This record gives sequence, structure tokens and C-alpha cells, in this order.
Amino acid sequence: MSDRARLPLWEVFIRPRNGLAHRHVGSVHASDAEIALMAARDVYTRRGEGRSIWVAPTSAIAASDPDEKAEMFDPADDKTYRQPTDYHVPKEVGDM
Amino acid sequence: MSDPALFQYVLGLADDQLVLGHRLSQWTGRAPILEEELALGNIALDLIGQARRLYQYAGELEDADRDEDALAYHRDARGYLNLTLVEQPNGDFAQTIARQLFYTAMALPFWQAMTASTDQRLVALAAKAEKEVAYHLRHATEWTARLGDGTDESHRRMQAAINQLWEFTGELFEMNAAEAGLAAGSIAPDRKTLRISWDRTIDTTLSDATLTRPDDSWMAEGGRDGLHGEDLGHMLAEMQSLQRMHPGLSW
Repeated sequence: MSDRARLPLWEVFIRPRNGLAHRHVGSVHASDAEIALMAARDVYTRRGEGRSIWVAPTSAIAASDPDEKAEMFDPADDKTYRQPTDYHVPKEVGDM
Repeated sequence: MSDPALFQYVLGLADDQLVLGHRLSQWTGRAPILEEELALGNIALDLIGQARRLYQYAGELEDADRDEDALAYHRDARGYLNLTLVEQPNGDFAQTIARQLFYTAMALPFWQAMTASTDQRLVALAAKAEKEVAYHLRHATEWTARLGDGTDESHRRMQAAINQLWEFTGELFEMNAAEAGLAAGSIAPDRKTLRISWDRTIDTTLSDATLTRPDDSWMAEGGRDGLHGEDLGHMLAEMQSLQRMHPGLSW
């Protein structure tokens, strides 16, 4: 499997039978998009998981920097008013 | 047995799928990359599934108390009726792809035509096989294009594989008297009519892959009469060894 390193990596997204959105499921090595789609089908939909496949070159995905985790995500931690559970529905409203 | 010709015909079809499926399964643990290992394994499982359904039907037609396992595991090479193309060894990846291309370019129009058979069991089998084989053909043509139009080495190997296996393609369209009779009765597709579709697929695929179609010369035959190369015997000896040692063994 020494040639593997020379093949580009592709990220695989599958839309499940019962789902609306594609979800990231893993990655495959392939020479091009068409082969990547076939590989994704053969690796990730063998048990009837999917109804649609997207593949995207891993190199085309921009990722957030793990070192910037604190400034990216910590500010959201103490804003409980963004959670629906932070609000009390008055009795008078009844069932919503 | 009510219809010996139909039994022999269905048995031959079952043998085609089992032998090719088993050959592909021999890539397990040896494929060039993990993705292809699963791809070839999936195709093998499709074919073995088709073989099982055909053996079950053959067993019912024969009505001699032989089930799918008895037919698959307790016949010698001389009793196998598969086309000689499918028994050819895997060789390198290019040879496996060439074998897939040649066989599947016939199998897709074959099963499509079979959906119009007057035999409802074969129609049901064909409807399922047609979808599976359409994907197998896509796999074979995409890889042929990439190997043929790839590097110098992949081009050389793919062309060598095409040349080497060409002599086994004539048999894809041969019909013995029994099969011709079934075709005349609208039970079996007429193999001569599949040739047009096969030629078109092969010519387009080879041309896209910058490969050359070999000239027709001597063609192998005899598979449907049980005449095979020695490779099939070795393959069956390995495939059948467990059932021969422990008849009736199940998982």
C-alpha cells in the first residue's frame, strides 16, 4: 500500500435515508472525484446507509485552528440566555 | 427433471457468477488499496448472491435433491459450465479490470434482455442483477480509462491485459443448441444481439482509455461443455476443500 500516500485524500459526506442534511462520515483516498465517489459508495454505504454522497478534496477544507479554541468557543459558554431552557413559559400560555 | 436444457442453462449462468465472484474474492487482503479491496469484495458478493439464486433455481429444476451447496461444492471442474473468461486468474490489477470489463459489458445487456424472458424466475433474478451489474460496469470502465490513460506503466499493463484476455471474448456470444432453443422460445436472450451493445461499450471505453482494440483471431471455447483450463481446477480445489472435508458444514 506504498502508493497510497500519493493519492489525494477526500472527505466523504452521506445523506442518510431518513435525514435531510449530508453528514461527514470519514475519508477515502482516490485519484479523482469520480473514483472518490465510487470508493465512498463502496466503503461507507454497504449497509444501506445512504441516499446521496458528496466528496470534497480534504485540501479544499479550511479548518479552525485548535490553538485558537479559547477565543473561538469559550465566549459562548456563559450565555445561557441563548438556550431555550433559560426561559420560563408563564402558566397562562398553556401548551405551546 | 422437467426441462434438462433449462437446468443446464441456469447452472451455466450460476457457474459464471460464482467463478467470477470467487476470483474477485481472492483479492481480499491483496488489493492495492483499502478502497479497492472493499470495491472488489462488494462486486464479488453481488455475483455470489446472483449465483446462489441461480443455483437454488437450478436445484429446483433438476429436482434431484441437490441444493445450492451441493451444486457449488460437489462438482469437479469438468462439471462446471462457466465461460472460460471468468475462470482466468486475477493476474495484476489491470488483468482483473480487463476481465471485469469484458464480462460486464456483456452481462449488463444480458440481464437487461433477460427481464423480457417468459420465465418469471429469471425475470426476477435479472431485475436485481441488472442494477448490480450496472455499477460493476461503471467500476470497470472508470478504471480502464484511468489505467489506460494513466502512466506509461499502467498503459502498458492495461493494453497487455486487453490483448491477453481478448481470446476469451468470443465465447461470450456463443450459443450451443440448447441455449439457441431457449432463445427461440423467448426464455433466454439471444447472445448474438448482445454483441452490438458489447462492441459499443468496448470501443468507447478503449478509445477513452487510449487503448487499442485487438484484432479478432483464435477464440477459446468449450466452457459450456465443461472444458476448462487447469486454473479452474486449482481454484475449485481451494474453494471446495472445506465442504469436501466436512460435507454439509454450515456457519
